[in-house]
Amino acid sequence: MSQRSLRICLPIFALALVILCWDLVVRKFAIPPFVLPSPGLVLTTLISDGGLLWHSLLVTLTLTFEGFLLAAVGGVVLAVAFNQWRLVEYSLYPYAVILQVTPVVAIAPLLLIYLPQPLAVLACAWIVAFFPVLANTTLGLNSVDHNLLALFELYKASRWQVLWNLKLPSALPQMLAGLRIAGGLSLIGAVVAEIAAGSAGAGSGLAYRIAESGYRLNIPRMFAALLLLSLAGVAIFFALSAISHLVLRRWHESAIERER
Amino acid sequence: MPAPPLNNSPSTSRIVALRGVEKNFATGVRALDRFDLDVRAGEFVSLLGPSGCGKSTALRIIAGLSVPSAGAVEWPDGAGRIGFVFQEPTLMPWADVTTNVRLPLKLANNDDMVAVVQALESVGLASFARSYPRELSGGMKMRVSIARALVTTPQLLLMDEPFAALDEITRFKLNNDLLAIWHALRRTVIFVTHSVFESVYLSQRIVVMTPRPGRVFAEIFVDASYPRDERFRTSSEYAGFCRQAAEALAQAMASGAAS
Repeated sequence: MSQRSLRICLPIFALALVILCWDLVVRKFAIPPFVLPSPGLVLTTLISDGGLLWHSLLVTLTLTFEGFLLAAVGGVVLAVAFNQWRLVEYSLYPYAVILQVTPVVAIAPLLLIYLPQPLAVLACAWIVAFFPVLANTTLGLNSVDHNLLALFELYKASRWQVLWNLKLPSALPQMLAGLRIAGGLSLIGAVVAEIAAGSAGAGSGLAYRIAESGYRLNIPRMFAALLLLSLAGVAIFFALSAISHLVLRRWHESAIERER
Repeated sequence: MPAPPLNNSPSTSRIVALRGVEKNFATGVRALDRFDLDVRAGEFVSLLGPSGCGKSTALRIIAGLSVPSAGAVEWPDGAGRIGFVFQEPTLMPWADVTTNVRLPLKLANNDDMVAVVQALESVGLASFARSYPRELSGGMKMRVSIARALVTTPQLLLMDEPFAALDEITRFKLNNDLLAIWHALRRTVIFVTHSVFESVYLSQRIVVMTPRPGRVFAEIFVDASYPRDERFRTSSEYAGFCRQAAEALAQAMASGAAS
């Protein structure tokens, strides 16, 4: 079997094995559904509660996507500002770090006091997602080939020509790597805020459904919602990887398959 | 083809001169010490010296990329357009060959595509206009780099060990092509190298430098006619100049070690 088909078949096989064991354990020990639902029950719940869960998924995904977009724009703009004006970097960088290292779980309840719930979720998604964009883009902007920089200087390029024609394109691989991390993180941020909001009894996102189902001991629905969340995360990751690959495929080593 | 006039005719005008140039780096390294250089218009001159003798620094000072700690750079007729070729091809990997060659024009808001095509043709890469740098061999990348330096039709072409990283066959080929371009365009070339053989093959005049801090140790006039080709490379005349240059270099090294 080729390397490629192995890489597809083996994970599927492992998954099937886990599901089979899960099903056998539930049957053998007659575990009640409010402790551990069988895989079949999770699937039927996914279908029977489909309308509700789908709606919640859309709410969560919309906020995730908005948070991601704000993080992407904010991270890149801030990185460019840091790169262009030292004083801005010195003034703001410590606070970007502080925002990043303070656990978002601890910030979320506070935000929920001051902001309406969807806005608080958006803010959480933004807070966790913008830092990798900022850090990676900053690294990319600062790792420009010195000789190319000298060449631009030789031809008397303006600051904006250097930024637009040299620094931004050369930072693109790192920027895209940052965005790929940010995609997953903005989902996490949104979920964390929704869970916090859920403990206050408000919300309509998928994570709120998980919290709510937990309180009601509706464990099959909890599993179904969790399954949807994972799938959403995987889809975000693959979408961003594909975009990155499309942008870099002509020139960057990371996107080019090595010939043997 | 008529041979170009020989370098030592005093009538040709100076294009650039370095007067007592010194360069001290913040690390305490003194790269250049009272360095004097006169370059005449249309001349092919090589700076020959061991690595770290400040020859690249001298080139960067002429290009205005580095500021001398003392001394001055004089441009009798005003500073003209300069082309610079680095030791590495220094291309933008995200841009195709045409975009790379066009860069100097683009930065001057000049969209003269004819000049781009001509520059590509002069280095024999017209059919690779749409290729990306990573799709090219080392020698071809260097040709793109030379085309980019030529695209603004510079009066002065500065080359910093451009062929040092290439294999010998490619290097010989590019040596010949560079001489053909120089002959056709009549530019002034300042060529930095640590290869005795390359400097003799290419130049009219070789400036031999001492090890750090760099100073002019000797000047050798290579009074051999152009066009030069592979026959010149195996001639006794070539061997003689090489011996002369190698001896001067050895003496320069010894003087550097003594001081």
